[in-house]
Amino acid sequence: MKQFWLTARLDIVESLRARWFQVYTLVFGGIVALLFLFGLTESRVLGFIGLSRLLVTYIQLTMAILPIFVLITTVRSVAGDREAGVFEYLLSLPVSLWAWFWGKFVGRYIVIFMPVFAAMVLAVAWATVQNIEVPWGMFAYYTALIAAMAMCFLGFGMLISSIARTTDVAQGAAFLTWLLFLLFLDLILLGVMIQERIAPELAVTIALANPLQVFRTAALSMFDPHLIVLGPSAYVILDLFGTEGYKVFAVVYPALLGIVSAGLGFLVFRRGDLP
Amino acid sequence: MIRLENVTKTFRGARVLDGISLNVDLGERIALIGSNGAGKTTLIRCLLGEYVHDGVVTVDGINPRKARAEVLAQVGFVPQLPPPLKMPVGQLINFAAGLCGTEPARIDDIARRLGLQIDGIRSRQFVRLSGGMKQKLLIAIALGRDARLLIMDEPAANLDPEARKIFFDILAERVKDATMIMSSHRLDEVSALVNRVIEMDTGRIVLDDKVADMGTLHSRLDCQIVLKHADPAIAKALESWKFSFDPASTAWSGEIAGADRLRFLGVVSRYTGLVTKLDMTERPH
Repeated sequence: MKQFWLTARLDIVESLRARWFQVYTLVFGGIVALLFLFGLTESRVLGFIGLSRLLVTYIQLTMAILPIFVLITTVRSVAGDREAGVFEYLLSLPVSLWAWFWGKFVGRYIVIFMPVFAAMVLAVAWATVQNIEVPWGMFAYYTALIAAMAMCFLGFGMLISSIARTTDVAQGAAFLTWLLFLLFLDLILLGVMIQERIAPELAVTIALANPLQVFRTAALSMFDPHLIVLGPSAYVILDLFGTEGYKVFAVVYPALLGIVSAGLGFLVFRRGDLP
Repeated sequence: MIRLENVTKTFRGARVLDGISLNVDLGERIALIGSNGAGKTTLIRCLLGEYVHDGVVTVDGINPRKARAEVLAQVGFVPQLPPPLKMPVGQLINFAAGLCGTEPARIDDIARRLGLQIDGIRSRQFVRLSGGMKQKLLIAIALGRDARLLIMDEPAANLDPEARKIFFDILAERVKDATMIMSSHRLDEVSALVNRVIEMDTGRIVLDDKVADMGTLHSRLDCQIVLKHADPAIAKALESWKFSFDPASTAWSGEIAGADRLRFLGVVSRYTGLVTKLDMTERPH
């Protein structure tokens, strides 16, 4: 375990000094600051006002930014380290591959989750100072969603980094992965449904296999528990999971997907050339 | 101690190591030489368990790929190109010491002996150090523990003469209880340090020869060079070797490490037209 924690700590220290981390922190901190600055807590949408309104907007923006940010920065730094000779040197030290890979995973997870979470905590702290009511239930669930989202896309990033041998290929693959998920949100799915006239259950299953769609629907469910805006798909989802069941699914499934992807990445990493 | 049996490594159809078989005993000091692409780095990476390959590689009978931590705890490695690590020097020392089960103070001591002012650079990022400082620190990390196998890729290339002298001294202290593999493009860089030479070419061993162990790691030479007249160019070169000048006799004198004699003569050879007398006397042990 000592090797594991040393590696995790090393990755945290390396990341904190990297430029991508500074930009990343600035983006999420900046979003919250801007939302306050533009008086979002004073506006009302679908009955939401105050911090709830801000958190709803924040989670929507996070869903748009976090996946691509995590994917690109993970593959850039991991594949970049390999190309630059960091792996050659650090893996000549007595560290097991298990401790190295999972230590890196945990270290990176902490680094990518903390700024996004810290921005939310910042919002709550500011709201408390301003005597704005804090919706703790929503805060807790959105925190869990963000934690699952970070885990999911970090897992994909680690898998891509293990397979791709160069930074360019890794970056390209990461971008394509994100694009594929994005297209399956609506465009391709709608096309397939119209062209192939597939059963609604199958279409919903395809949609629910897409972690981006899962997050989007889960975020919607916080202010639209019956998912009315989704139309008939809502019946399939709610029949299958129930309102609370879907909330649990939206956290557990992406997190598991991330861990399984990272696990596959570890198998590839362990079997191949390290530097 | 090290056994390689029919080791073959292929990259996308290109055979980089072609059936290498080799046995290395404890206490051997090997110069691993060869031109670019000869397979030296690939061989080293197989020894470090970093590459998958055909054939067998064992260190003390253990496969370095399968029991990495166990094997690498015995290995000190100095790469040719320092990794671009952003972490501070102190963090790197603590990380390496933590993994290797040694005290950071041991690494600090070696670094200080090599002339690195470690306390002044502890919070500086490793990547921001000069080439020589990086090399000294990586050597200190490799030697600041009880490694029984030292693998060094061009270890003295970036060191100044004074640091090289100390580096050879530290190696001399480890001669009896460690095996050393020093990789280089040129034999003259490492010839005085070794007792066996292995030359590689296109993935094969083309020369494997024992060389007379002259005990040069321990030795010191008193040198005196008398010039026709004082010259600023040779003065700059010899000052870097910590030589002192006597204007009355236009003579430079100083001390060099025995292992550095070939390198030193290479420097002096650039000014042969100025030299009227050259004297090198080995000090008795």
